[in-house]
Amino acid sequence: MCGIVGLHLREPALHPRLGELLTGMLGQVCERGPDSAGVAVYGDPRMSPPGRASVSLLPRGRRGADVVAAVAARLPATADIGVFDGGQTLVLNALTGANVLRAAVRAALPDAVIVGYGEDIAVLKGVGHPRTLADEIGLARVQGWQGVAHTRMATESAVTPEGSHPFSVGPGQCLVHNGSFSNHATIRRELRAEGVEFDSDNDSEVGARFVAHQLAQGADLEKALRLLCERFDGFYTLLVSTRDSFAVVRDAIACKPAIIAETPQWVAMASEYRALAHLPGVEQARIFEPEPEEVYIWQR
Amino acid sequence: MAAMTHGTEVLVPPENLVTVDLAHSTIRELNAALHAQDAAARARTWIVTSPDGRHSIACGLDQELTVKVAGHAGYYCAGMNQRATVVVDGNVGVGVAENMMSGVVRVHGSASQSAGATGHGGLLVVDGDAAARCGISMKGIDIVVGGSVGHMSAFMGQAGRLVVCGNAGDALGDSIYEARLYVRGSVKSLGADCIEKEVRAEHHTELAELLRRADRDEDPADFRRYGSARRLYNFSVDNAY
Repeated sequence: MCGIVGLHLREPALHPRLGELLTGMLGQVCERGPDSAGVAVYGDPRMSPPGRASVSLLPRGRRGADVVAAVAARLPATADIGVFDGGQTLVLNALTGANVLRAAVRAALPDAVIVGYGEDIAVLKGVGHPRTLADEIGLARVQGWQGVAHTRMATESAVTPEGSHPFSVGPGQCLVHNGSFSNHATIRRELRAEGVEFDSDNDSEVGARFVAHQLAQGADLEKALRLLCERFDGFYTLLVSTRDSFAVVRDAIACKPAIIAETPQWVAMASEYRALAHLPGVEQARIFEPEPEEVYIWQR
Repeated sequence: MAAMTHGTEVLVPPENLVTVDLAHSTIRELNAALHAQDAAARARTWIVTSPDGRHSIACGLDQELTVKVAGHAGYYCAGMNQRATVVVDGNVGVGVAENMMSGVVRVHGSASQSAGATGHGGLLVVDGDAAARCGISMKGIDIVVGGSVGHMSAFMGQAGRLVVCGNAGDALGDSIYEARLYVRGSVKSLGADCIEKEVRAEHHTELAELLRRADRDEDPADFRRYGSARRLYNFSVDNAY
């Protein structure tokens, strides 16, 4: 069992309330995954300032200032590195391209795990109770147009920060999963043979790497998720996002729960309705469960 | 609320009505109070407000109470019900009325998966749609769904009746034993050992009675009947894949 919540805000007036609303949603799915948690936020001006690249990383005990110094030494002074301390995760931002910043982090801190990169995206995750993590991050104060959160009850691999969700392995991409893939080892081998690198033994990471691999080869998100349905066995409810998209898909058995609510102001998805019960205007929302093997996508 | 028009409602004097607001009371407090209502209890009608998708609302009732839930309920609402009437003015999560023994559970909205799972008796009415596995392993419960049901509904059904006024998803009645299934709309596919069967006069009669009890006005003549071909009762090597 795991818990998923996600919120795609269409109404700009709600962007300042993203973190507050997401915190309330996350609080309703703690029982579904008390061992670790994580969030991905799109458009927070402190964590991922507009016009800058961002890289989220697990710093392995290093202080933020030390990380900044180490990465700055590998970039021109004009990069103007900023850092957001999210507790177990640090989010760096800089006036460079996302791949340049990511390469600098990799070179400066080879043992650090990069858990997200791109523009306008911050990914923060770690082990411990989801409420504690939300407090560490200061999630209630976060702003933006889209956010995803996950609470994990580990079944397939160890409880570690890098095994926590979301898995953000392509630029601006994010995948969270409730369920378990049964043929992930086979697909991991195939992807490794094609040069894809992995950070964990987690089955969900294989799903995220698969989607990123398809997107990198030119598929759009809908196509990538249809291919995932064809290739993966097991149980899954997935919420997959990019900078501009918010997508939900479930396996054919559809035993892992999912509910979607949609209003002109927002689209929200959660494992259970109680996570949606306090969203503004939910009384007027169109509420439905996504059908098995049907890809639902909303675009910004 | 719309529930007031329902034929199974029990009209009671106002002093016998108790309101429990789940914004201020816990589920355990609510259910303990409902369990404490013995046959001589005065409070026969209960209103539950601010359900907000909470789980296990009105579970394990065993007296002739009426509980009205004003909003959406979470998992296992009215589970293990005996004798009570539970009306939900909203949607319900997984496993509404699971293992119901008797009584009536009515959902004005839609139900998530496994509605009425393993139910032994009583009547479950879902005015909207019911998701996958509606009536899974049903053992005598009657289920009337105003809308459509998802895949694998009545999976391993053993007894009882499932009436679907809309459509049925894939693998209806998979591995069914003896439950009787009535579907008004389309059936996407039939599960293993489930076949269409003749609708005889006694089936029209029981269907009309079920629709009447569910306050439905569909014509029984519009339904088709499905049930077990009884080929999976005993081991047969021909059934091996």
